[in-house]
Amino acid sequence: MALLSFERKYRVRGGTLLGGDLFDFWAGPFYVGFFGVLTIFFTTLGTALIIYGASLGDTWNIWQINISPPEAEYGLSMAPMREGGLWQIITFCGTFAFISWALREVEICRKLGMGYHVPFAFSVAILAFVTLNIIRPIFMYIADGGESGWSHGFPYGIYSHLEWVNNVGYAYGNFHYNPAHMIAITFFFTTTLALALHGGLVLSSTNPPKGQEVKTPEHEDTYFRDFIGYSVGTLGIHRVGLFLALNAVFWSAVCIIISGPFWVDAWSDWWTWWLELPVFPQDDLVREIGDLPYLDE
Amino acid sequence: MREYQNIFTAIQVQGEPEMGIPLPRGDDPRIGKGFLSYWAGKIGNAQIGPIYLGTLGVISLISFLLAFNIIGLNFWAQVDYDPVQFVRQLFWLSLDPPAPSYGLTVLPPLQEGGWFMIVGFFLTVSVLTWWLRTYRRAKALGLGMHVPIAFASAIWLFLVLGFIRPVLMGSWSEAVPYGVFSHLDWTNNFSLIYGNLFYNPFHALSIVFLYGSALLFAMHGATILAVSRYGGEREIEQITNRGTASERAALFWRWTMGFNATMESIHRWAWWFAMLTTLTGGIGILLTGTVVDDWSAWAIKHGVLHESGTNIR
Repeated sequence: MALLSFERKYRVRGGTLLGGDLFDFWAGPFYVGFFGVLTIFFTTLGTALIIYGASLGDTWNIWQINISPPEAEYGLSMAPMREGGLWQIITFCGTFAFISWALREVEICRKLGMGYHVPFAFSVAILAFVTLNIIRPIFMYIADGGESGWSHGFPYGIYSHLEWVNNVGYAYGNFHYNPAHMIAITFFFTTTLALALHGGLVLSSTNPPKGQEVKTPEHEDTYFRDFIGYSVGTLGIHRVGLFLALNAVFWSAVCIIISGPFWVDAWSDWWTWWLELPVFPQDDLVREIGDLPYLDE
Repeated sequence: MREYQNIFTAIQVQGEPEMGIPLPRGDDPRIGKGFLSYWAGKIGNAQIGPIYLGTLGVISLISFLLAFNIIGLNFWAQVDYDPVQFVRQLFWLSLDPPAPSYGLTVLPPLQEGGWFMIVGFFLTVSVLTWWLRTYRRAKALGLGMHVPIAFASAIWLFLVLGFIRPVLMGSWSEAVPYGVFSHLDWTNNFSLIYGNLFYNPFHALSIVFLYGSALLFAMHGATILAVSRYGGEREIEQITNRGTASERAALFWRWTMGFNATMESIHRWAWWFAMLTTLTGGIGILLTGTVVDDWSAWAIKHGVLHESGTNIR
């Protein structure tokens, strides 16, 4: 793979966290490094186990392939390979591959003299994965008195993991009432809105109508001040975007870790604390959860 | 090694507020002189205001306030004008669409969906005039139409939910109610009635683009902040005249995942991902109940879902 025209001068030695010069080289466009080797190891092993797990199933239909975690009876212990053991090893391969990838990003940041924002952001995503498939199973094991554990992880499959989301959602009534889920969704929607506005604004400045000159950040600021009375600016929008995106992920992790270990009922019932605040007279509700007129007919 | 991560602006330069690029003849004057906020300046620009309101802005704001207040007054009436119960039950209250028996009647009795229709009218006027604003303000400054087009994609989803799909289904009762919990109930029931929306491929695509947008903004925001010491946030300048910030940002991703965007193309990725979220979402809603009655059955028929009704086997 050819180098980019300006790439040569950036390919310098050093900046590694581990391994010194040993793996300090590139393979095609990829930087390798000690953590690159670790990533390749865990990714290869994990992917091979996924394919092996698929071969144990009764389908090669890409949508239907599924590798489930162990049954509840195994608690937090190691299960036989065909009964969830594969899922357990794949989970650990995934976790270590993700962490290695993040540390490799740190090394690349150091080589390029960049801040650590990207590996930090990626570590929030890793946290969400670890929350779902390691921390929550452990918390559930404690909450259940050892009656379950890894069984609470999500299965590996394109559609089976959606089914898990569906099942867990309805296990707590209507999951939309989970307050942390509300916050997470709000951050996801707001992130997408902000991304559309930022992408659109930069493209509209650099791709003006035919025959016009490329515009300036002053035009961008003016557009947003005219539009909503405030422009956060070229630096600020990237802080805002990173903040929104990371909060979307963080609150997603919160909304699932509180479901089960800390709240076992329907999430719609959680809100009764508000209705029952002593400052409020306890009149009947005008409308209950799920009252929708079109359902009557 | 101490790194300067540039999370907050350390030094703020305070001058006179910028009044903005001059507007073409015939446009209204901007409103306000602008002022500086120390705390806004910690994150981004310190300057707040001025704003361009214009005729469209006035129509949009008034329409929105009418819609918002009609909803609020309906809530208030529902609790017999009791302010305490209004606060207590605020999240539970709802302004519902007309019953199915009214079909597509434009104005049913006010208490039976009439107010809902009036709110829908004003909200739509508000959104559409606000869209015209995005178009006219871009035009006035000689910018491309990327923001109006992206906003149109969001309006598409809004219109599908509240107008196009109800018309195709032959009943306003299909529209989404106005209320905090009631619109969540609607979402929940919509999925249950039509056999689980997770098996709607356009819903799946919409989620992919939604999560993809969060991923892209995390990657892009983090990358630009990480090269802000090289002036990476001056993106237009980096696009037209590539500098070391752009080069480092590109090489970071090239070395990490073997592929990189450019300073311009990352904004195309961003725009498309965000825009496609609501575009595919709208298609998914539009097909539900009109073309497909049961997404689980659809998924089984097309081999996405195992015939046993579960893929967790």
